[in-house]
Amino acid sequence: MPHISLVDVTKTFPARRRGERPVTAVDGVTLDVERGQVYGIIGYSGAGKSTLVRLVNGLEPVTSGSVLVDGVDITTLRPRELRRVRQGIGMVFQRFNLLRSRTVARNVAYPLEVARVPRAQRQAKVAELLEFVGLTEHADAYPEQLSGGQQQRVGIARALAADPSILLADEATSALDPETTEEVLSLLGRVNSELGVTIVVITHEMEVVTRIAHRVAVMEAGRVVEEGPTYDVFTAPRTETAKRFVRTVVRALPEGEELAALRARHEGRLLTISFTDEAASQARVFGALARAGVDFHLVHGGVDDIQGRVYGLLTIAVDGDDAAIRDALAQVGPGVTVTEATAEPAEPAGPAEGGERDG
Amino acid sequence: MDEVVEILPDLLEQTGIMLQIVGLGMLFGGAGGLVVGTALYVTRRGGILAQPVVWWLLNTLVNVFRPIPFIIFIAALQPLARVVVGKGIGTDAAIFAIALAATFGIARIVEQNLVALDPGVIEAARAMGAGPWRIIRTVVLPEALGPLILGFTFAVIAVVDMSAVAGLVGGEGLGNWAITYGYRQYNPVVTWSALAVIVVIVQLIQVLGNTLARKVLRR
Repeated sequence: MPHISLVDVTKTFPARRRGERPVTAVDGVTLDVERGQVYGIIGYSGAGKSTLVRLVNGLEPVTSGSVLVDGVDITTLRPRELRRVRQGIGMVFQRFNLLRSRTVARNVAYPLEVARVPRAQRQAKVAELLEFVGLTEHADAYPEQLSGGQQQRVGIARALAADPSILLADEATSALDPETTEEVLSLLGRVNSELGVTIVVITHEMEVVTRIAHRVAVMEAGRVVEEGPTYDVFTAPRTETAKRFVRTVVRALPEGEELAALRARHEGRLLTISFTDEAASQARVFGALARAGVDFHLVHGGVDDIQGRVYGLLTIAVDGDDAAIRDALAQVGPGVTVTEATAEPAEPAGPAEGGERDG
Repeated sequence: MDEVVEILPDLLEQTGIMLQIVGLGMLFGGAGGLVVGTALYVTRRGGILAQPVVWWLLNTLVNVFRPIPFIIFIAALQPLARVVVGKGIGTDAAIFAIALAATFGIARIVEQNLVALDPGVIEAARAMGAGPWRIIRTVVLPEALGPLILGFTFAVIAVVDMSAVAGLVGGEGLGNWAITYGYRQYNPVVTWSALAVIVVIVQLIQVLGNTLARKVLRR
């Protein structure tokens, strides 16, 4: 049984004013999150991902469809029962949402108060969590005295206080600088691997997905347009949206002006070679070309690490006999795909890369 | 100087009465305003206890009564004062009118300060499984405490102002004393000494409010 299961879920917000149309933020989404998984949901702002995650803990009621958490359809629960379910689902927010009137320790204690845990146990649990997120010495500080990264770690400690089996992270790193993002992501990774918590990560940053998500759904206009293991979606994106996200991380196929510029600089053919991690394929390609006496040099591309697996897209300029090149490339075997970089772009170039804040 | 010594016993007595009017007016009006203001905030559309009908009723009630000039309000409220405090005249009737007027005024101040709260913290509390009453008690009021203290400080001073009109329905206090014995009997010493005491009291209240708010806000 999946840990979280959305079945044909739709969320429509009524029109704000007369004359405006209702907004369908989530449109017929079906997806399963397995126990112990880190599941990424990526999309540009307005794609509906933040609304989607709020359907999982019932912060927003669905318009239609069902949301199963541990097999229980939470859309049928009464308010009191729903609050009970929420105690088992932690949530962290882009802007941390810590209580300014409480110290770090008392923020972390909040869910325990809700769960009516006795004071002594509460204190022990808070100490343990602050230790886990490395903020023991800041227990009596107030949120505004901490840096953004520290505040988010408090947010994570608070979300974990009631021993949830699910953690929802809504743009948890979007307000942080790259270094702090890394720190928070590795903490989320530990939450998953050491505590076995199922995590749903909402983001507009592809790095976040490639860094921690086992599986990813790409959202656009309220729908999931692409879904699968992160590595597969990353190495073989099918939709334009997914391709754009991939391009934010790896320099992909040169297109348009970029390709024209490369052509102007380099004679001969331009080949783009995609590597997956199968058996050190990069060395084999270069070795084969060298042995065939083909001159080549690297002109474009990059190599990335996704979930500990290698993926690269390298464009090389080759100068040599066509037959020799063909023979050399025929030998390299699986894990490598070679495409001729043509002047015709494979698809129209997308708008600005990267996403906006907020979802 | 002799004149001041002469009126001193009256001045002290009337100051005491004014403080009593302001204290009781604020006690009831403050509690009432806190309840009504919080109710306005939680019952509004999108609030944690959204109740459009209740919100509309409360909002209309506040809007109808708040703009009435207090000097008319206190007079118009006499029949109701007779029912509630037993007499339509005197200090108690004045306190009743002040408490009611303060309720409506403070309700708006409370509502304004609560509306300014970051909705994110409310959402976080909901996500942690907290119910609406717990959220009001542990999130809404504590998070807004600093601005609420400043709002109440503002309200106390408005109530001091209202207390000066108590004389209209036969209530006592510094305001009535200054008008009756100072203004009407051409005795500026009375008027000015009443004024001086009021200024000092208002200053003390403001300093106290600012200090408390600074402490709560930690800045």
